Amino acid sequence: MSKLIISPSPHVHGEFSTRRLMRDVIIALFPALLAAFYFFGLDAVKVVCISIISCVVFEYLIQRFLLETAPSVNDLSAVVTGLILSFNLPSNLPWWLVVIGSLIAIGVGKMVFGGLGSNPFNPALVGRVFLLIARPVEMTTWPLPSMLVTPDAVTGATPLAIIKEGLKNGLTIDEIKATSDYTFGYLDTLFGQIGGSLGEVSAIALLLGFAYLLVRKVITWHIPITIFLSVVLFSGTLHLINPDKFIDPVFHLLTGGMILGAVYMATDYVTSPMTHKGMIVYGAGIGLLTILIRIFGSYPEGMSFAILFMNAIVPLINKYMKPKLFGEIK
Amino acid sequence: MIKTFKRGGVHPPENKISRNAALEQLVPEGVVKIFTSQHIGAPAECIVAKGDKVKTGQLIAKANGFVSANVHSSVSGTVLGIENVADYQGIKKPAICIQVEGDEWEGSIDRSAEINRDLSKTSEDILAKITEAGLVGLGGATFPTHVKLAVPKGKTAKAIIINGAECEPYLTSDHRVMLEKGEELLIGVQLLKKAVNADKAYIGIETNKQDAIDNLTRLAVNYGGIEIVSLKPKYPQGGEKQLIKSITGLEVPDRALPIETGCIVSNICTTFAVYEAVQKNKPLFENSITITGKNLKVQKNFIVRVGTPLSKLIDAAGGMPENTGKIISGGPMMGRAISNLDAPTLKGSGSVLFITEEEAKRGTKSNCIRCSKCVAACPMGLQPFLLYRLAELNMLEELKEKAVHACIECGCCLYTCPANLPLVDYIRLGKTRAMKLIVKPK
Repeated sequence: MSKLIISPSPHVHGEFSTRRLMRDVIIALFPALLAAFYFFGLDAVKVVCISIISCVVFEYLIQRFLLETAPSVNDLSAVVTGLILSFNLPSNLPWWLVVIGSLIAIGVGKMVFGGLGSNPFNPALVGRVFLLIARPVEMTTWPLPSMLVTPDAVTGATPLAIIKEGLKNGLTIDEIKATSDYTFGYLDTLFGQIGGSLGEVSAIALLLGFAYLLVRKVITWHIPITIFLSVVLFSGTLHLINPDKFIDPVFHLLTGGMILGAVYMATDYVTSPMTHKGMIVYGAGIGLLTILIRIFGSYPEGMSFAILFMNAIVPLINKYMKPKLFGEIK
Repeated sequence: MIKTFKRGGVHPPENKISRNAALEQLVPEGVVKIFTSQHIGAPAECIVAKGDKVKTGQLIAKANGFVSANVHSSVSGTVLGIENVADYQGIKKPAICIQVEGDEWEGSIDRSAEINRDLSKTSEDILAKITEAGLVGLGGATFPTHVKLAVPKGKTAKAIIINGAECEPYLTSDHRVMLEKGEELLIGVQLLKKAVNADKAYIGIETNKQDAIDNLTRLAVNYGGIEIVSLKPKYPQGGEKQLIKSITGLEVPDRALPIETGCIVSNICTTFAVYEAVQKNKPLFENSITITGKNLKVQKNFIVRVGTPLSKLIDAAGGMPENTGKIISGGPMMGRAISNLDAPTLKGSGSVLFITEEEAKRGTKSNCIRCSKCVAACPMGLQPFLLYRLAELNMLEELKEKAVHACIECGCCLYTCPANLPLVDYIRLGKTRAMKLIVKPK
């Protein structure tokens, strides 16, 4: 007779594993990945591959030779970091910048804190913001999706940058819309006919992935939906006060990596709060900060900074937003 | 309307594969070994000696104090002596060993199949019968029933809640009792109500046992003041505090007893035993046990005499299946792993579950990714990831402060953890260690 296992309860385990959760995130990003390949062609394939491979390789090397621990690339978390980092980059970024971004994301964003689970900031965003600050020109020269390319325009600004630039020149929103080459149609932003990072352009593909993540119970609705609500509330109020200076909330929702950030980056387990109450505070903060930066800051886009800023506040949120004890005596 | 508790909980695959196996009597033979301690509290005091002839249902060990319970012989035969016998976990405890000779019952026990519907007994009579019969809670904790039914001074019992949730995967013995002994069960409920002077009773049943809900709803028409409540299948629906919350909406205050909400919770099998004790004069010496497992040849729901060796039950169900990884007494979420197959059954044994090696395997633990699934799954509103870490570091003061005492050890946190962290294992350890620091609030 074989030996029986003697261990404490529970004796069965659920369906979740770190690897499965990471694999689901990768599957959820697939529609957006296909959209990126479709709009930006081979350039996008190149950036995505370089980013994923260098993230995995850097994680392996650091664990193996610097930390001398068993490499855990099998859990697929480095693949997710690489994929999300590449989604945040313009598709025409030189390959060596992608490699440096990956090194910063994995090395500084993740491994210096002790690897998966210990990092206070979203690694992919650490990589992205590093590149944005170090090489602002390359990072904000957006190639236009292939169908918008004309002989004299292969690169262009993002819709948010066009608005920012126009407002600086003293134009009203309507004047900017009228004078710009860009159509400002919502259908275009929904399907991806805009300039931008390679993963952010197709809102519909990203939302498809969101539905998948919800169905598979990888994430809950709390963070993304509160971000959207807070953005709509805040930018909507401003729009109602002065529609000439503040563009409508739908535009804010569909541009600037809002959906990519809210669904795939703000929800990063490690760097988001532990309770649903906390998640709502965190989401509301991200929405508010994003709009503040977009409208009043010097950068046209604020999602990355807002998420990183709120990441820093997460320990504080966890401290005050505790779950309510069953039968707590007041 | 289907009721449930909101906070936390998980829903593991139900695997109620033995649900259609009718209750079946297992004939006693050979030697039975009956522990003198089968309940929480002081062990009972043996009152028989080697060579004594005993009848089925005869008192063989007397309750020693208030928090204790009588123990009766489950067979007729000759007492072989008192030995130290290893229990399920291999821990040796004194047991009365009896050689089975025939099956002659005590004359006072009513063995007829007729249902006794007489509800004229007084509260004191009912309680006396329950005490006499050595009843203990059969839901797992084996707390003496007469102690549970003793309402503290200044408190009143408003409602009896019967736990028919059977939220643990695999288990089906309560289900079978609800189907086959419906009317007896309802009479048992009426007796419990009378014993504590409550005027309302609820029987909470998960909707995965719709046939039991229908059966009891149909029968309850003839018995006033019993409401059958449909519950959402969700673990731990049958946890005492969760059940009260689901049915009445009331939360048992932290560190208080359920009576604070005016409710007394009783298990299905216990309630059936109340009927037998009061109406049939039958002490608690047999109980229903589910024998189940995916690879087991036949699924069984047995009525087993206390003290029958486990191996006999296993043989009766076609022997131990191939590639058994673990044998569990109780459900897969809160049961205990069995290491000794010769151990005798207890009053509180509810099931023997065979888990395959694959099911029993725990994954290798990896870093906590702070996914917060354990926080969302905790039905008590605790932060398992944090308690786990504190227990690992033996930080008892902090554990106390983070309310480790409230943990009901249901295992939802570990079940849901993607990093396979031994959360509840460490929390259990930390809770035991921190308990000495925990004093009751004024």
